[in-house]
Amino acid sequence: MRLLIGILFTFAFAATAGLGATWLAASRGYGFGEVTVGSWTAAPRKGSADIDPFARAALARSGELPLGSGDGITFLARSDDDGNPLDGRCEITVAGSTPLARYWTLTLYTADGHLVPNALSRYGFTSAETVRAADGSFSIVIAPLSRPGNWLPSGGVQRYQLALRFYDTSVGVTAHVGRESTMPTIKRGACP
Amino acid sequence: MIRWLVWLAGGVLLGGIVHIVTVLALPAAATRDSYARLAAETPVNEVALLPQPTPERTLLPFMDPAFATAICRFDLSDGPLKLQVPLTQAYTSITFYTRRGTVFYAINDQAAGRRVIELDFMTPAQRAALPEDEEVTAADRLIVESPSETGLIAVRALAPEPGALPVVRGALRNARCGTPPA
Repeated sequence: MRLLIGILFTFAFAATAGLGATWLAASRGYGFGEVTVGSWTAAPRKGSADIDPFARAALARSGELPLGSGDGITFLARSDDDGNPLDGRCEITVAGSTPLARYWTLTLYTADGHLVPNALSRYGFTSAETVRAADGSFSIVIAPLSRPGNWLPSGGVQRYQLALRFYDTSVGVTAHVGRESTMPTIKRGACP
Repeated sequence: MIRWLVWLAGGVLLGGIVHIVTVLALPAAATRDSYARLAAETPVNEVALLPQPTPERTLLPFMDPAFATAICRFDLSDGPLKLQVPLTQAYTSITFYTRRGTVFYAINDQAAGRRVIELDFMTPAQRAALPEDEEVTAADRLIVESPSETGLIAVRALAPEPGALPVVRGALRNARCGTPPA
């Protein structure tokens, strides 16, 4: 009897822990080979044949087609530089300069990868349409109500994430991304 | 007490095995991966221009709204394919994915250096079967080998500002993917 209970316990534990860990890995991946700069995180190997099995499982579950590493790289941010989650009711400023790339785009997404709804149907900026300062740096304000300059409507959603994509760039291809790449800062301003 | 610890250790070990086996099996078992999502919307061995993502509907998650995306869902079992993509003003890239969504090749307009990217796409076996004299002229031909017989080719073209999107989408409509004329 004790043997039977022991076996049942072992099997139940194995199934729960094993499947639970798989669900976690498939939802988020384990982040092997991820590169983090400030609040931004990228997974350069996701777009190459070196992708790890956990990231592959996560892709199969999400249905995303990752950018190829020869094409570009995606950096995601879920929080500002002080660690607060990105809130669409607040004023968030993304400012600074970017690593060298032919083009970059900044896009707002919900947690599941949908665009953030807003009345203007404006979901992001490209490097070509962003107004810059004389030194080449830029500042984009993400807020529910319109602002002068580079303004992205947040639609007032409670949570969103930012995707900063670099196209035709050496970022992610070279081994030393991270330290020497300058990424824009994410600062929170006024909140209701 | 000791007995339970032994059972627990066994459970941890077995759980680890369950975890690794299910992670490895998941891509093959996934029914909502990128290929499955596109299979319902795109023909085989033809280029299909995807609708731009909107907050209500996006065919794939995390699509870049600044880009127009066209998909060629390939099946090489009937022979090699020829892919022709007219370049747009700003930036065009072509990325090749296996049936399981792994990138195996990517090229952009800079690497092509012409106004149209033209390439031949085949399995290693089909390449080996190419006639000898064709292999000689292959120097100025771009040949891409596919590790899998089926998969996806994604053509992405950037609209630097939203007003350029109709032109860019129009250019991608002229992309071709199909069996080369004999």
